[in-house]
Amino acid sequence: MKSFVTSVAIAAAAMTAPIAAEAGGHEELSYVLVSHAPDSDSWWNTIKNGIALAGDQMGVSVEYRNPPTGDIADMARIIEQASAAGPNGIITTLADYDVLKGPIMDAVASGVDVIIMNTGTADQAREVGALMYVGQPEYDAGFAAGLRAKGDGIGSFLCVNHSIQQPTLVERCQGFADGLGVDLGNSMLDSGADPAEIKNKVLAYLSANPGTEAILTLGPVSADPTILALEENGMAGDIYFGTFDLGAEIVKGIKSGVIEWGIDQQPFLQAYLPVVVLTNYHRYGVLPGNNVNSGPGFVTADGLTLVEQFAGEYR
Amino acid sequence: MSESTQATPAKDERVKEISGFRQALIRPELGGIVGAVAVFVFFLLFAFDSGMFNAQGVMNWSVVSAQFMIIAVGACLLMIAGEFDLSVGSMIGFTGMMIAIFSVTLGWPVWMAIIVTFAIALAIGALNGFIVIRTGLPSFIVTLAFLFILRGFTIYLPQTLERKTIIGGVKDVAEGDWLAAIFGGKILGGLFQWLGDAGIIGVFERGTRAGEPVVDGIPMLIVWAIILVIVGHIILTKTRFGNWIYAAGGDAEAARNSGVPVSRVKIMMFMFTAFCATVFATCQVMEFGSAGADRGLLKEFEAIIAVVIGGALLTGGYGSVIGAALGALIFGVVQQGLFFAGVESSLFRVFLGIILLGAVILNTYIRRMITGER
Repeated sequence: MKSFVTSVAIAAAAMTAPIAAEAGGHEELSYVLVSHAPDSDSWWNTIKNGIALAGDQMGVSVEYRNPPTGDIADMARIIEQASAAGPNGIITTLADYDVLKGPIMDAVASGVDVIIMNTGTADQAREVGALMYVGQPEYDAGFAAGLRAKGDGIGSFLCVNHSIQQPTLVERCQGFADGLGVDLGNSMLDSGADPAEIKNKVLAYLSANPGTEAILTLGPVSADPTILALEENGMAGDIYFGTFDLGAEIVKGIKSGVIEWGIDQQPFLQAYLPVVVLTNYHRYGVLPGNNVNSGPGFVTADGLTLVEQFAGEYR
Repeated sequence: MSESTQATPAKDERVKEISGFRQALIRPELGGIVGAVAVFVFFLLFAFDSGMFNAQGVMNWSVVSAQFMIIAVGACLLMIAGEFDLSVGSMIGFTGMMIAIFSVTLGWPVWMAIIVTFAIALAIGALNGFIVIRTGLPSFIVTLAFLFILRGFTIYLPQTLERKTIIGGVKDVAEGDWLAAIFGGKILGGLFQWLGDAGIIGVFERGTRAGEPVVDGIPMLIVWAIILVIVGHIILTKTRFGNWIYAAGGDAEAARNSGVPVSRVKIMMFMFTAFCATVFATCQVMEFGSAGADRGLLKEFEAIIAVVIGGALLTGGYGSVIGAALGALIFGVVQQGLFFAGVESSLFRVFLGIILLGAVILNTYIRRMITGER
């Protein structure tokens, strides 16, 4: 799979230059990316940058849309809206299969090509009639992280969940617990998305459960305040700390040894590749024959230079 | 009002004469009417060929507006009665989740799940109202508490019962259920099929639904919105109870002294708001087939915004259901229309704020013209 990702990326890069030059001669292609993220989720900035870059390089117009509060039912309306506006393609997540399958299938039936990115599974993407799935299978990623932590001798953990309504985040915690071979039980903390609240809840949990051996955070939203909490109670660098996703603070944490590893699902690829794939499909009728796993890639203190340079922008 | 307008009453020197034209023009809905016209003109100019006004596009913003309307009617009557309900959004999440838990997790028939959920919602609405009346606390605080309480249960219950925060599969168990169809069904399917066959509206190009019209009926959500608006408008303007609502919100003490059962009116309005939220939730669960713990976030403010755009006074005693419905329409059309017009979506809130501010300023002037206050 990895070599496939690389080859697609290389092919995309190689084709970029001539296409950008002759883009004026093509009919204008337009793509819409609909995410499930609320406005407050800074992680999606990478996605916005990813489609913007792909749009520039391929000479197509791209738009980013999301439900302001992260309400999936509102997201369904946005997908319906997007398909009514008749773009050439829609790139979207399957944050809730039941809710989104109807609008997505309608979009496909009305002639809009769809690629599923980020959230969802390859099976679900096929069932709604999407061309392909680009993303990181969440349970598997959590499971892989759990196995890794088990190998490092971990037996108990705290999972800081900043958006407990999202089933995919729960799956990450569940996968991690299963990978460790322990019951999730009350190891999952519903922290809310407010940084001060997250910090205080983590501090409270760790003082109530001093035997906790590891912390798993699910993104910059929960990781950044958790780093502060650990610095405050002196456990930074001592407790085993892994996180999903990257961000500027997380990269600093990995560098300074506070964080053992970060699981990078490489959101850039999830945004960039679908635009490239769709553009080439619509211009030349070529389509890769498989789904793309953009992650999990474990980022550790080795080889952080590029990550550090582009953290929060393209990484 | 109905009692006092028998035949043509004798000329009363206490009532100031107003010309018919002025009376027809100067009404609480005026701001909403002007706003709605302005919004449609704007989008006709800037987004006409974007698909906003084809069948799919019209259905899209109609459904979104209808959603706002359903909760705005409840919020409007409650606000006229002088109270707020900030638990509307959480109530939507909670009742949707209860329906899913009853029908999917516990395996009850769907009609029973819906009826029991409505009963629970009305009880919570009554409890909201009872606490407000009994303690004299601002409804702002009491319902804010319920915002957290209900949202907490909405996350806790499915997490405990099913270890997840979204319960799906409602569509399968609701198959063929008579009551589910009243919330999640569609009407006039034949008409739309005919329109599709006649080429008036688009049809699906490919897949298993090829040849079917892109819009295959009017969702019950829209029917509910229209019914609630009409019923709300009639109750408010044509019945004695409607006058009580105005009186309770205008000056509760004076109303009490003149024999209006203020407590009962307010509690009933809290229950009606809960009812509207449950209608919203039921339609949503039946349409999408799942209930999620994040449903309805911030919907209470969207309801209040729609009501305020429609000309109601935040302090109570003044407003109109038609105005609230127009406010909901403006809100829905602007929200979806900005997407059609290709506006950067992060600017959506900027436009919303500007429209809200403009509507409130306009409405204030209109109200001063009506009431003569300075």
